[in-house]
Amino acid sequence: MHFRTVRFGRMLAGALGSMLGACVCAAEVSVAVAANFTAPMQKIALAFEQESGHKAILAFGSTGNFYAQIKNGAPFQVFLSADDETPARLENEGLVAAGSRFTYAVGKLVLWSRQPGLVDARADVLRAGSFGRIALANPKIAPYGAAALETMTNLGVLANLRPKFVQGENIAQTYQFVATENAQLGFVALSQVFADGRITQGSAWQVPASLHRPILQDAVLLTGRHTGSRDNPAATALLAFLRGDKARAIIRAYGYDLCASQNPCRVAP
Amino acid sequence: MVTMEIFPAFPVFDANTLSAIKLTLQLASLTTLFLLVIATPVAWWLACSRSPWRGLVNTVVALPLVLPPTVLGFYLLVALGPKGPIGQFTQAMGWGTLSFTFTGLLIGSLIYSLPFAVQPLERAFEAIGQRPMEVAATLRARPLDAFLAVALPMARPGFVTAAILTFAHTLGEFGMVLMIGGNIPGQTRVISTQIFGHVEAMEYAQAHWLAAGLLLFSVVVLLGLSLLNRQTTRVMP
Repeated sequence: MHFRTVRFGRMLAGALGSMLGACVCAAEVSVAVAANFTAPMQKIALAFEQESGHKAILAFGSTGNFYAQIKNGAPFQVFLSADDETPARLENEGLVAAGSRFTYAVGKLVLWSRQPGLVDARADVLRAGSFGRIALANPKIAPYGAAALETMTNLGVLANLRPKFVQGENIAQTYQFVATENAQLGFVALSQVFADGRITQGSAWQVPASLHRPILQDAVLLTGRHTGSRDNPAATALLAFLRGDKARAIIRAYGYDLCASQNPCRVAP
Repeated sequence: MVTMEIFPAFPVFDANTLSAIKLTLQLASLTTLFLLVIATPVAWWLACSRSPWRGLVNTVVALPLVLPPTVLGFYLLVALGPKGPIGQFTQAMGWGTLSFTFTGLLIGSLIYSLPFAVQPLERAFEAIGQRPMEVAATLRARPLDAFLAVALPMARPGFVTAAILTFAHTLGEFGMVLMIGGNIPGQTRVISTQIFGHVEAMEYAQAHWLAAGLLLFSVVVLLGLSLLNRQTTRVMP
């Protein structure tokens, strides 16, 4: 009995030691990541860790939730938002390092169905309205939802389709509604149904960028009291890595666009 | 700057909010009503049976306590969908699919709140024991008569507790509604999802008032019913 206790104590000490060891040998950065960017960010974090030796600890969630948490002292150093309004709001509230805000990805909207042939290349399916339910993210809180609403407004089909709306609280939930075929079709992020340069299954219409305002996803360095980001080398290194070629290639491969000189996302003030 | 105002000016509740309140009360009342009917025979069987299946049934009844509501909601979404077993049945009956409907929410709530109805009733029936039923039998009461005339009235505090817990638990139901509701005003948008929507949209004033209202209402209901429960317990010798 006594022997066992001693052995357990040793194991505990060993585990604690290895945890402490991990903390001192590399800087860590806590990152709040918009849920739609989960898959690419996991890959980017891996590449970042291999290249820099720093460690990125990722938390995934909704932008609105993160905003409330950051305002109330959440210990994140970097925030990858699903929109550009929330980071701008944090900036106005003095919680963001000056000049750190930039667009790391531009979301692409797609009308998608699991049924092959339901969604056509000219989106006539929306005009015909011959389906039971159409899913979109809640336009009040999700940028992809707002873009979907704008698209339907511009196509002149909003009034007809509104009674068929089912809303997900975020784009991941909206995807679930369509993927389980509880909704026959829906507006989701291209990144959710895109792999190896094509739509993975079903039928889809990639919404032309002219039909809605661009979905700009901005990243910022947070400077709240609790973040300790000012003297965190991993935080600034991660933001630099996000702008680099390796990260940009990953972001593109997941069906996002990027801001570039030939594709200026924001009109200069 | 970082602090927020906790209770800003009272925002006038719009039609959406009122319909969410009405819908939530409807859902909680119907769930309580149906569950008391469903849970009574189940709890009676669990309290009296010596079947080897008893342990398994008890476990299944308790599962919604353990499973995260979003997980439960996701399985329901799949089951109610056109490819799922419930969805195929409802489509064959010509009812369509039940996801994103009030009926779908009701089915979800019945599963979600099941242990809150069954367990208090089971405890109440166990406390009564077999003796009063045996006495009734010697007075030539048939089992059903004995159950209705003896066991049910004696288990009244258990019923009150089960009703309180089921009602309160359904009021606060969130994760499951989020998964199978689809946020349709007047159909599936209940108070909890409405509060969540306000918070996500950074409309903290509305969220605060609605949350405070839900809290106050829950306290009043729980307090009122527990007072009632104490009275009935006192009346019982």
